[in-house]
Amino acid sequence: MAIWIDKTTRVITQGITGQHGLFHTQQCLAYGTKIVGGVTPGKGGGSVEGVPIFDTVAAAVRATHATASMIFVPPPFAADAILEGVDAGLALVVCITEGIPVNDMLKVRRAMAGCATRLIGPNCPGILTADVCKIGIIPGMICKKGRVGVVSRSGTLTYEAIDQLTRLGLGQTTCVGIGGDPLPGTNFIDCLSAFEADADTKGMVMIGEIGGTAEEEAADFIAAHVSKPVVAYIAGVTAPAGKRMGHAGAIIAAGKGRANEKMAALRAARVTVTDSPAAIGKTLADLMAA
Amino acid sequence: MKLHEYQAKALLKRFGVRVPDGEVADSVAAVRKIATTLGGTVVVKAQIHAGGRGKGGGIKVAKTPDEASAAAEQMLGMRLVTPQTGPQGRRVKKVLVERGSAIARELYLGLVLDRATGRVTIMTSSEGGVEIEEVAARSPEKILKVAVDPAVGFQGYQGRQLAFGLGLLGNQQKAFVRMVSALYDTYMNADCSLAEINPLVVTADGELLPLDGKITLDDNALYRHKDLEEWRDLDEEDPAELEATAQGLSYIPLDGTIGCMVNGAGLAMATMDIIKLCGGEPANFLDVGGSASREAVAKAFDIILRDAKVEAILVNIFGGIMKCDVIAEGILAAAAEVQLRVPVVVRLQGTHVDRGRAILAGSALRIDTAERLDEAAEKVVRACQGSQSGIRGH
Repeated sequence: MAIWIDKTTRVITQGITGQHGLFHTQQCLAYGTKIVGGVTPGKGGGSVEGVPIFDTVAAAVRATHATASMIFVPPPFAADAILEGVDAGLALVVCITEGIPVNDMLKVRRAMAGCATRLIGPNCPGILTADVCKIGIIPGMICKKGRVGVVSRSGTLTYEAIDQLTRLGLGQTTCVGIGGDPLPGTNFIDCLSAFEADADTKGMVMIGEIGGTAEEEAADFIAAHVSKPVVAYIAGVTAPAGKRMGHAGAIIAAGKGRANEKMAALRAARVTVTDSPAAIGKTLADLMAA
Repeated sequence: MKLHEYQAKALLKRFGVRVPDGEVADSVAAVRKIATTLGGTVVVKAQIHAGGRGKGGGIKVAKTPDEASAAAEQMLGMRLVTPQTGPQGRRVKKVLVERGSAIARELYLGLVLDRATGRVTIMTSSEGGVEIEEVAARSPEKILKVAVDPAVGFQGYQGRQLAFGLGLLGNQQKAFVRMVSALYDTYMNADCSLAEINPLVVTADGELLPLDGKITLDDNALYRHKDLEEWRDLDEEDPAELEATAQGLSYIPLDGTIGCMVNGAGLAMATMDIIKLCGGEPANFLDVGGSASREAVAKAFDIILRDAKVEAILVNIFGGIMKCDVIAEGILAAAAEVQLRVPVVVRLQGTHVDRGRAILAGSALRIDTAERLDEAAEKVVRACQGSQSGIRGH
């Protein structure tokens, strides 16, 4: 068990002939992901890495019975790619692309209201179920099958936490990078809720950062609905206000979104918050041993 | 990307908002000419990317062209210090000269994305002329809000709700709804991330007029607004930040003494935080990008070392797809290219980490290594304190 992706997940790559799309298709195949097709408009009928290419997502789904996609198309075309995946009835669309205009995501999210497709991202490292399936760019070799669910707004900081869990022997069930954009398709609560329901997940790591109020909302949810141990870390205590810290979503605006407020909200919800990014794994190990 | 007030007003005008008569100028002679043409009382306003201009002497009312010239004489070229600029202030290169208005009422009108609902939210308040955050903290009941469904856009009834809520009646109510509609069009069509009219005044003649405008554009959407991108005022931005951006790096200078070079934005913030936790102060945020290539690392060293405050550097790279041995070679090559005048601690983690560390250990350069993140932070803080006591010893 794990969440959202497993050995039955059949994946297509949208933008498979681009540099990143091709490279990460190879990486995912090497990890064991069932990549059953790719989409590049105008290149249908060809193949790459033994994977057939289609002109449209709809055609790819008809031919391969794909259930999920990962998107590597450039920002101006990414919203269109997401909606194409949704329209084709995919259960999961993972958008890696960084730099999509916020107004595009505003419309995408509205168009997706009430539909069954789950979107992860954009501007995210993707999702990985340890030793089984990865969709996106999380380095597979640092992951190990285990007991912890990981959800994070960051990329390399997620890898840091995953690596700590692997070294401590805790391992992971599923790791989800929800992305650093202001309007993510999947949020903390979606992941925490799924990890709570997953029998194999015994503990959770939640990595937030400055900007927005997603961590505060997650804190309320944890207080009411999560029984498993959760360790949280929030990046950006030292970040200055009004500056965009790399991620489009990581900006302290109008006195809102500070790290200290998020940590206080989580502590109030009885979540164990670590001040040190070096102690994420150890803190959870102690908590799970207690 | 932030716009100047005069640019924000020009943009609003394109979308049908009536703005005060006026023109922007960069010389005293031009200011005199504009003031003469406008006639009567004018307002001279310094154009910088910061609020609170009035408090620093950046907004002056002038009854005659002579007074307008005197105000411009004083403002142009000055370093204007406001509560938002920091002590160094901002140099004033342009002033906006506008016809003065007799003000009966000051309102607030602003559009911003509400992340929680995924909707653009229109906020308005009868307390104009002050920061909306201040009103929100002091009397939140005075802020009226409506959320716009992106599928159908702004609706008249939403405007009327706000207008009647503000006590605007008759033609003022209608003018207000038109203005909100135009501001929403501006927000969506120009891809803003903030569009604010504050204050929105009701003049003594009963007209609605935007006295100040503040617009921030979504950087991700600038590719489809080449005309607006040309309005970028590079003088308002930190030159080191700009150079970093041009190299594909993300750099923000801070006040501390420990330079940071990290791959990934979240890990970069976490590295700053752990330095602070260990008793040091980060000198910057710097994200070299996911791959941390040799060229990117060399450029990053160069930019960090130009900050004279930097006394030690922490390089923290998590090698995922890009392997640690490749990164280590890149760091050494980059370090050899630049003159390393301060101690450097390198922490590598991830794929092929042992090979990477061996490469670093075998080098003759002043590079210390660490395995864990906390160990790296402690080492760099100690190195920094060491260099400080060294200076004191001279």
